[in-house]
Amino acid sequence: MKGIRALGRYFRDASKSVVRNFSLSLASISCITITLIVVSISIVISLNVENFAESIRKDVTVVVFLDNDTTKEEIKQIEEDLKKIENIDKMEFKTKQEAADEAKEDNEIFETVVDGWTEDTNPLLDSFMLKVKNVEIIKDTVKEIKKLPKINTVNYGEDIVDQLVTVFKVIEKVCIIAVISLIVVTAFLIANTIKLAIFSRKTEIEIMRLVGASNISIKVPFIIEGLFLGIIGSVIPIIITIYGYITIYNYFGGKILSSSLAKLIEPYPFVYLASLLLLGIGMLVGMFGSWRAVRKYLKI
Amino acid sequence: MELIRIADVQKTYKNGVVALYDFNLSIKKGEFVFVIGASGSGKSTLIKMLYREEKPDKGEIIIGGINVAKLKNRKVYILRRKIGVVFQDFKLLPKLTVYENVAFAMEVFSIDKKQIHKRVLEVLELVGLKHKARQYPNQLSGGEQQRVVIARAIVNKPKLLICDEPTGNLDPDTSMEIMKVLEEINEMGTTIIMATHDREIVNKLRKRVIMLEEGRLVKDYEKGQYNDERN
Repeated sequence: MKGIRALGRYFRDASKSVVRNFSLSLASISCITITLIVVSISIVISLNVENFAESIRKDVTVVVFLDNDTTKEEIKQIEEDLKKIENIDKMEFKTKQEAADEAKEDNEIFETVVDGWTEDTNPLLDSFMLKVKNVEIIKDTVKEIKKLPKINTVNYGEDIVDQLVTVFKVIEKVCIIAVISLIVVTAFLIANTIKLAIFSRKTEIEIMRLVGASNISIKVPFIIEGLFLGIIGSVIPIIITIYGYITIYNYFGGKILSSSLAKLIEPYPFVYLASLLLLGIGMLVGMFGSWRAVRKYLKI
Repeated sequence: MELIRIADVQKTYKNGVVALYDFNLSIKKGEFVFVIGASGSGKSTLIKMLYREEKPDKGEIIIGGINVAKLKNRKVYILRRKIGVVFQDFKLLPKLTVYENVAFAMEVFSIDKKQIHKRVLEVLELVGLKHKARQYPNQLSGGEQQRVVIARAIVNKPKLLICDEPTGNLDPDTSMEIMKVLEEINEMGTTIIMATHDREIVNKLRKRVIMLEEGRLVKDYEKGQYNDERN
């Protein structure tokens, strides 16, 4: 009962002092707001990049061409061997006749040429189309495939895939570092802003200590106040995130560069999750800032 | 019964100034003690150590069973709840009314509101300010503000009241009024330690007087006077 009464008083005091020290609260709130907007933008960008990367990874196809003289038994054997390679996810066998048919459909120019081919004169090769589980170790997988007999060539758009893998790795790292450092910088920035706000209440803290308030009971209202500041400060970033993302998503029709690969993340529930994340960051950062700021006045 | 015992206390500030040197003092329950001495005599340091605003480098300060010298930062409140402190500069919260300022000292205990109300009015009556309970500190005179501070200091019924030049900012008449209130509190059983420069008050009240000089206790008189020989 005593604890509940105390907690109720902490919340009341905290909300009172947000209002009473309005101009200073406003400084802290706008500080939180601005940084959370930047955090929000980096989160949206990094998650979308991660999403592009993921879809491209899934799209990478390794084509294994078999020698022209491979018998059906040998093809069976190769299929078995391929199944044993761990990184291979799905595979599909394509005969040279099927490859020829596809080529015909792709382009009319090929039509007459392809029609002239017979089973023996078809210059195309039988092939396996493979999907890999982890694109980052694709080189090793290809090496393993090449060790099998009757393999003519293995093709996976090496240069492009390699480049994409490196580029995405870099972008991901940059985004993670940006988000983390932004959050840390915000926490300290807010700590300083709140420190200014609390400095004007130095006497209040001093008197609280003099009349016998324990350090915890002094800290808690300030920390709750920081929590409130964090919640209020995250309102605008959340609104911007929700409406901004939905608008962008609709404007681009869900993809970027009109490529079917570079899809944006579906807005729902993504915007809600992002909002929750922002709210969480705002609350934590506000509490941390207050806690750091008030700590200074509780020594001696 | 002994309430305060100070043994072999030494305090040197970071800048090398020795504030107290080999200090020993014992104060009994119910006593009224004046602490006098020129500026820089260590008087303020002594007072501040009693409510643990300063820590001694060496020695023991025991107040009502608590070893103040070894008290950790986060446990200071235990001592502060047993003592009341009155300052020269009042230290009232300007945004709170007289009533709220006094009640503030009780709210830290999470006491029931009705009890707080009763006790706050009781002490405001004792200091003669019940009719100004709803006013703000800046609407009061200096003497009235000091009486609010006294009310706040005694609202939790402390055993010890520490006064750091409570009349320093007040005119002689108002000072005497404050002293009357303090004497009354003392008569009810609260031990009072008061640092002061005010010769007239010390001479008139004839209580125990402790004189400090350059960080040492030089005189300790029962029913003493502020002698002219040095000051």
